Amino acid sequence: MSRPPLRTLLAMAALLLAAPAMAGTIAIVNATIYTADKAGVLTGATLVMRDARIVAVGRNLAVPPGATVIDGTGKMVTPGMFAPLSTLGVTDSEGMTEVNDARSGHKRYSAAIDMADAFNPLSLRIPIARVDGVTRAMLAPVAARGGTSILMGQGAVISLGGGSDWLVKSRAAMFAEFGEHAATLNGTRAGTMLAIREAFEEVRTAGKPANDPNLDSLLSKLDIAALRPVLAGQVPLVVHANRASDIVAAIKLARQFKLRLVISGAAEGWLVARQLAQANVDVIVDPELQLPEEFESLASRSDNAKLLHEAGVMVTLSSSSTASSNARNLRQLAGIAVNGGLDPQAALAAITLNPARLYGVDKQLGSLAAGKVADVVIWDGDPFELSSYPVAVFIDGERMSDTNRQTALRDKYMRMHKLK
Amino acid sequence: MFNFRGRQFLLMLLSAALAQPALAQAPPYSSTYAAPPTAPVLIRNATILTGHGTRLDQAELLIADGRIAAIGHKLDVPPNASIIDAKGRWLTPGILDPHSHLGNGASPHVWAMSDVNEMTNPTTPQVWAEHAVWPQDPGFMFARAGGVTSLLILPGSGNLIGGRGVLLKNVPATTYQEMKFPNAPQVLKMACGENPKRVYGEQKKSPSTLMGNVAGYREAFTKAINYREKQRAWERESKGARPDRDIGLDTLVDVMDGKILVQFHCYRADQMATMLDMAREFNFKIYAFHHAVEAYKIAPLLKASGTCAAMWADWYGFKMEAFDGIRENIAIVDAAGACATLHSDDPVGIQHLNQEAAKAMAAGRRAGLVITPERAIMWLTANPARAVGVYDKVGSLEPGKQADVVLWSRDPFSIYAKADLVFIDGALRHDRNRPRQDSDFSIGTTQQQELPR
Repeated sequence: MSRPPLRTLLAMAALLLAAPAMAGTIAIVNATIYTADKAGVLTGATLVMRDARIVAVGRNLAVPPGATVIDGTGKMVTPGMFAPLSTLGVTDSEGMTEVNDARSGHKRYSAAIDMADAFNPLSLRIPIARVDGVTRAMLAPVAARGGTSILMGQGAVISLGGGSDWLVKSRAAMFAEFGEHAATLNGTRAGTMLAIREAFEEVRTAGKPANDPNLDSLLSKLDIAALRPVLAGQVPLVVHANRASDIVAAIKLARQFKLRLVISGAAEGWLVARQLAQANVDVIVDPELQLPEEFESLASRSDNAKLLHEAGVMVTLSSSSTASSNARNLRQLAGIAVNGGLDPQAALAAITLNPARLYGVDKQLGSLAAGKVADVVIWDGDPFELSSYPVAVFIDGERMSDTNRQTALRDKYMRMHKLK
Repeated sequence: MFNFRGRQFLLMLLSAALAQPALAQAPPYSSTYAAPPTAPVLIRNATILTGHGTRLDQAELLIADGRIAAIGHKLDVPPNASIIDAKGRWLTPGILDPHSHLGNGASPHVWAMSDVNEMTNPTTPQVWAEHAVWPQDPGFMFARAGGVTSLLILPGSGNLIGGRGVLLKNVPATTYQEMKFPNAPQVLKMACGENPKRVYGEQKKSPSTLMGNVAGYREAFTKAINYREKQRAWERESKGARPDRDIGLDTLVDVMDGKILVQFHCYRADQMATMLDMAREFNFKIYAFHHAVEAYKIAPLLKASGTCAAMWADWYGFKMEAFDGIRENIAIVDAAGACATLHSDDPVGIQHLNQEAAKAMAAGRRAGLVITPERAIMWLTANPARAVGVYDKVGSLEPGKQADVVLWSRDPFSIYAKADLVFIDGALRHDRNRPRQDSDFSIGTTQQQELPR
């Protein structure tokens, strides 16, 4: 496919971006639309959105009268990206304790922690991630250095739209730490497992007459309340585990307590892909990991995501580091997963639809289909290619600004050095 | 059993060996790197990015005796040359990563493998990174698969003066000496900013502020001047006992004498300017600022001082001094005429520096700068080679230079590009179709296990 020269693209982008935030009906016409849904990839297609919703996606659609038309010739359209493990809005800098609310506590159990309590919709990092096409995120607690909670707290799904209605779903997941990290707090892996079992048993028996009132409680009342929906299988437990044996142990635990389990990390997941698929466990993996950086990831391989996907496991992609500042690099991860053999459409779903499914918000979010929320990104080329950029990002059908603190700094110094 | 004559012969050999003057032996810690002999290789039909700013289409490159023998079109081909058809593929110089901790902060990341920072004193010019390099770090192998042919291993940034770094050829080896880049200048790692003042401030020691940082460098170099003066006076006059030797001050004297090249960890623009003044006070040159997330703010100053900036494509905000990082940093430094280079400082990032360069290039283009692939490849090759003082040996594809060459499956700035073949001094060290487990740490582990059925 021949590409229009860069200058033309820039001029087109400038025209698009000069338009004010659009309301009413918007139609993107003659575009290549990656739906991340059953419809697959549609060429020469049209997407119509109205009042925060997608009303139609397909070929040969009539443009509704009065719609603002965006020419999608040569453009790719995707759903907004969804960061599945993010600290956007709960820290503006990991290295500064003054502005870092992403860490879990140092208590063994902090299940009652609700990450949404710390969210700042005006965080400087949100517009930085947004101009690169990230529209939704799961706020997840991060293991604190030098010891961490085993049950770290509850995450919330948020919008990067910057408005007051940023909360999509509160308490959408519970996060737990296994493996080498957790063993630093509990002595050993067996200690971690015991600590989790003790907590879950206490939730099971709390308030029942058989419970011995003379025994000290391990959990606070709020911890118990937070864990009840997890043990009822209504809220997923996202367990960070890399070693195959840790993953198998988590599967066993999930079976025993009837949990809905998600494994994050899963560096050695390919070794137990069949068990994961049979137990209906989803994974969040970092496709960059092929180097055995830890003893618990000796079997890391670049085709981990591919092997898991082909075994029937639902794969979501996330970086294992720089979760907040570089959430924008999700599409680079998707490209790297494709290099590792993952099907490109599966890779797209792994950064859009699958995270929405993980956290139970896929009825509204994650793909381009009639009736869904209009989180839409228009790209000037293959969205995985690093030379491509979004020319427009919509959240809830509203056109987002294409400027942020970084573009302002750039412009200031380019002018100073007479490069602009 | 030896007969008499045999024994005599052996003795002769032995005495000959003993008689070899000690002078003929290389100094301790010297490179023992030797590229294996190879037959000439002709790569043809390639898109070649030369590393000195030009691009050749459907061109040929001839490698012979470990060197670039010729580059261009319709080359004379030696009869024993093997020929590689590179139709659709791109050829570039090998990547030089000027900032890595492979080997001294090795995988697996356990306490026993953590040898980056000697944080027992804010100035440790006496330590050498090479004495901690573990050649079995599997990170070397994955970096090689990403097209990295040389890398500078540095001490960490916990100290004001961290110690000497070492440039390595990225070849499989059992000793670091077998990897050591022959005849490369040594470097000294220094650090400004938050890290030293945090490490020592937390111990209620100096430095605990940026003021303390600068006082620390100035005291160290002042000591080195006095030391040099005493040593030289004794050499001139041979009066009294020779002054005690101090291996740390030897390092600083070599810096001031221009023999050791300073590589300075520094993020903020104002701090970099202060370091340039400090270097001027003691009459040495800073070859590169590392991390340099605010290099774009002082690009003209870097140009004037001839100091390179070694940068990430898009790391920002993880601490206060990184708060103003922007993706256009590299492109702006380059456009302003200063020396811009990528670096990884990361065992994962080093595996895809081509992608990192692609992000930097794309950001620059979006800001309206004209950046060609033949220009951007210099951020990974020629410019880091300049920053570490080996551009006369590697960093571009020119006849006579060492044949460190990468053949990419396609345009290396595409996310889908893979390093098909990696040559180091003309020897094929990575072939994507024949992956090798060169690291002992990766041998016999579950990584190569058969897929479970």
